[in-house]
Amino acid sequence: MSFLELAGIQKSFGPVQVVKDFDMTIEKGEFVSFLGPSGCGKTTILRMIAGFETPSAGTVIINGRNQNELKPNQRNIGMVFQAYALFPNMTVHDNVAFGLKIAGMEKSAVDARVKEMLGLIHLGHLADRFPYQMSGGQQQRVALARALAPKPQVLLLDEPLSALDAKIRVSLREEIRAIQQQLGITTVFVTHDQEEALSISDRIVVMNGGRADQIGTPFDIYNKPATRFVASFVGTLNMIEARVADPATNRITIGDQGITLREPLGSTLKAGDKLSLALRPEAGSIAEGAKGDTALTGTVVSSNFLGSVIRTRMKVGDAVISFDMFNAPGLTPPAVGEVATLRFTASDLLIIRE
Amino acid sequence: MKTQKIGAWIAVLFGASYFIVPLIATFEFSLRMRRGEYSFDAYRSVFSDVQFRESFSYSIVMAILTIVFGVLLVVPTAYWVRLRLPQMRPVVEFITLMPLVIPAIVIVFGYLRLYNSSSYIPFTGSARGTDLLLMFSFMTLSLPYMYRSVDTAMRTIDVGTLTEAAQSLGASWPTIMFKCIFPNVMSGVLSGAFITFAIVIGEFTMPSLLNRPAFGPYLQLIGANRAYEPPALAVIAFAITWGCMVLLQLVSRFSKSAPSKP
Repeated sequence: MSFLELAGIQKSFGPVQVVKDFDMTIEKGEFVSFLGPSGCGKTTILRMIAGFETPSAGTVIINGRNQNELKPNQRNIGMVFQAYALFPNMTVHDNVAFGLKIAGMEKSAVDARVKEMLGLIHLGHLADRFPYQMSGGQQQRVALARALAPKPQVLLLDEPLSALDAKIRVSLREEIRAIQQQLGITTVFVTHDQEEALSISDRIVVMNGGRADQIGTPFDIYNKPATRFVASFVGTLNMIEARVADPATNRITIGDQGITLREPLGSTLKAGDKLSLALRPEAGSIAEGAKGDTALTGTVVSSNFLGSVIRTRMKVGDAVISFDMFNAPGLTPPAVGEVATLRFTASDLLIIRE
Repeated sequence: MKTQKIGAWIAVLFGASYFIVPLIATFEFSLRMRRGEYSFDAYRSVFSDVQFRESFSYSIVMAILTIVFGVLLVVPTAYWVRLRLPQMRPVVEFITLMPLVIPAIVIVFGYLRLYNSSSYIPFTGSARGTDLLLMFSFMTLSLPYMYRSVDTAMRTIDVGTLTEAAQSLGASWPTIMFKCIFPNVMSGVLSGAFITFAIVIGEFTMPSLLNRPAFGPYLQLIGANRAYEPPALAVIAFAITWGCMVLLQLVSRFSKSAPSKP
């Protein structure tokens, strides 16, 4: 039996249904990220797990116990908010001790646990500081320690890195993952930043319009997007319109050029049908000696030097395909108007069926 | 630039003299009780008056009770409106402004009709009952200031997120209110409390028409019958009010150095 189960969850605010028939199970110790654009329902699901919102239908079960009837303060769930939400009138020590005191722990035990938690986030020396005397990253680490101190059954992270600058965001997300793995705590993380989700999750739920478009490992989400939305939302992706030439041999045409796909076209498609294909920018190259069993010839439309990579856009028939080449000292960026051949492996072309 | 500065200083001095000159004159007159020399006889006379001590003590007790019950009414109301009923804010703000629009004498006549000794709730049937009614009337008069002070203090903290953070840590509503919200709006509570204190100490209409021995009616009584004690009392009243203002300033400064929203 799964540790956290969301069964048939629905949520409406007035006439607007923000979560539609959401089902998911999460194992103990798993780190699951909810990824999606604003308004897709990811935060609403998190808030229903926390008890701040009541599902219109469905149940939230944690460790075999239905949580629907429990108030937020009865659920033993730790939560970290985007705005830190540290109590401004309390020191770091008192913030971390807050949940422990409410649980009725003795002072010596509280002090020991606070010390342990502050050690975990490497801020033991700032125990007497007030939140306003600390940086955003430090405050969020304290918020994490405060949420973890009462040993919650589930840790919920509501875009905890969004208010931080880029460098701190990267280091803190690695710290969060390390602490989560060290404690083995079941964690649900909400973000709209795909890089964050891809880098620290065991599984990712890509939300779209109140539903889960795809649930899978970061590798699967990135490399095998199940829907057009997932393909376009996660990473940069070329969407290429093609036509089926011969379904039996998986032959298709892009513009007037024919190529053979590795992935079977399926029995529903017949010659002349339209087909959507996806290709990651990093999958192709026009460099001399580029590897790949498939080639498309086109005209370079633009070429942008981005430091570590050169992003080139090439027109093939009606499609414009972007691809990235790693920068190298001897590499000459392609000129606009130049006719070039893009090479890639046929298996990198994904058929987008929805 | 320099001319502008001089002009500004002249305006400030003119404004200040408008307040200070009458006050100095009042103070100077209050010292002239003894013929031919300055003395504090008028102050001595005021402080030795039993009625002064009684009325002043009565008003102080009423002010403290008004502040306590006012805070207990206003803080949870402002909190709840911010947390759960934000759409009701304009309505609540309008209601809290009513005491500024309706004259105190109209309110007190309303009270006398509603709560007289032959009504269903006969507050005025006993001295304690009338004291209670007077305290409620003071709460009403101070409502615009108390509500705004507390509401402004609440605006500086993220009430919703702090509440949810406390709830997720297992806190009950009283714990959230008294440990997480109340300490963070203390500057607003104190500001409101000092203004309430000043209002209660100086209020004449309510205690006079409810026939209670407060400081306001005493001031009026002395003013009507004595020569040197009224200016002495006026100076004392000024000192009390200004003392409250100084405390208010100190609280404001304290709140500026207090933690703000992340």
